[in-house]
Amino acid sequence: MIVSAKGIHKHFGHLHVLKGVDLEVAERELVFVIGPSGSGKSTLLRCLNRLEQPSAGSVTVDGIDMLAPATDINHARQRIGMVFQSFNLYPHMTALGNVALALRKVAGKSRAEADALGLAALERVGLADRATHRPLELSGGQQQRVAIARAIALEPRVMLFDEPTSALDPELVGSVLAVMRSLRESGMTMIVVSHEMAFARNAADRVVFMDDGLILEQGPPAAIFENPAHERTRAFIGQIQRH
Amino acid sequence: MIQSFFNPEIIVAAMPIVLAGLFNTILLSLIVVPLGLAGGLVLAMLASVKSPLVRWPLMAWVDFFRAFPPLVLLVLLFAGLPFAGLELGGFACVAIAFFLNTGSYYGEILRAGIDSVPHGQVEAARSTGLSGLQAMGYIVLPQAVRNVLPDLLSNTLEVVKLTSLGSVVAVPELLYQARQAQSITYNPTPIVMAAVIYFLILWPLVRLLSRLENRALAGRG
Repeated sequence: MIVSAKGIHKHFGHLHVLKGVDLEVAERELVFVIGPSGSGKSTLLRCLNRLEQPSAGSVTVDGIDMLAPATDINHARQRIGMVFQSFNLYPHMTALGNVALALRKVAGKSRAEADALGLAALERVGLADRATHRPLELSGGQQQRVAIARAIALEPRVMLFDEPTSALDPELVGSVLAVMRSLRESGMTMIVVSHEMAFARNAADRVVFMDDGLILEQGPPAAIFENPAHERTRAFIGQIQRH
Repeated sequence: MIQSFFNPEIIVAAMPIVLAGLFNTILLSLIVVPLGLAGGLVLAMLASVKSPLVRWPLMAWVDFFRAFPPLVLLVLLFAGLPFAGLELGGFACVAIAFFLNTGSYYGEILRAGIDSVPHGQVEAARSTGLSGLQAMGYIVLPQAVRNVLPDLLSNTLEVVKLTSLGSVVAVPELLYQARQAQSITYNPTPIVMAAVIYFLILWPLVRLLSRLENRALAGRG
């Protein structure tokens, strides 16, 4: 298992957001996490690369104990790429600058090496010709693809996607999903929090349904979508599909 | 009128004295502005530490030095430090007083700038493995400084003007030298010269500030 989270609890003040979540992800697997807003999906994702510190539990990624005090978290995070709902590109840098920064400052590459690797990453998301553009000169879909390039440039073992298409206009969603699909075909392990059910249906290996800080059920997409075991899952999927 | 305020002979005679003062004013500004900025940067970065052990002393420090008149602080340092066995001289006293006073102002401005950068920027940077300090240096500060540039510039203008306080503790800056020249010549022309020079060095900054403020307003609209 390349990702192994056990017994994850997370409290925000008196809010109990995660109530003992176990999640195991195999290499090359694409796991889709769905559930109502406030169910803890994003928090779970953020616990995996320790953007949130879990209140209890253990997280291992690619053999590294993410929560151990001795772990060099900045080094470990290179193996876990993350893509955010609001892109979070650095507005004062070009697309290439966004992608190359961590290559230079974290991976220790020279400027020339970092630029070459950064361009290759932009090429993979189809935006090599936008390398010198600033984020504000790009469409939302292009910005999100640059954000994906920024993450994959570090050659992570796992990619986390936190609602990557939720902030996009509908006509721009397809380009981002296409990049995610090609990433999947290249064998990337991916954990995706999203409401793109059609994408989940034909690209995911497994769908995980979360509700109220717990994983209620999980299984192959067909089983979860066609034949959910829980009433809550059925209600949620019915709601999503009506839209 | 011309003889009292714009006396040509006195202008020529006083020029070397006044220019020596201008040189010291520029030197003083080149010391106190970076010093204040550096102090402000430290204060602004400490402000993001959540611990009450840092928070409360920091707040007290900033409030105290913002409420304390810089002239009083300067005179206190100049007159008081020798009794503590420290003979620092006027120049060093001005540097210390300004570091304490303007550092607190710069600190508050930079803190507002840091707060104006969305937290997602830090999260994205940290998710790629940048350390907290790297995220601050490469991602947050460049955006923070840009967001509060008019305020930083405006404060810098004030600092340059306030260097004239150095005249009180006999630092031979522009105003002090002009007054020396005035007392030698029994004529206020050197003071007028100082006023004109202050205006000439500060006016471009004022213009730049207006342009930045207009641009900020346009950007907001």
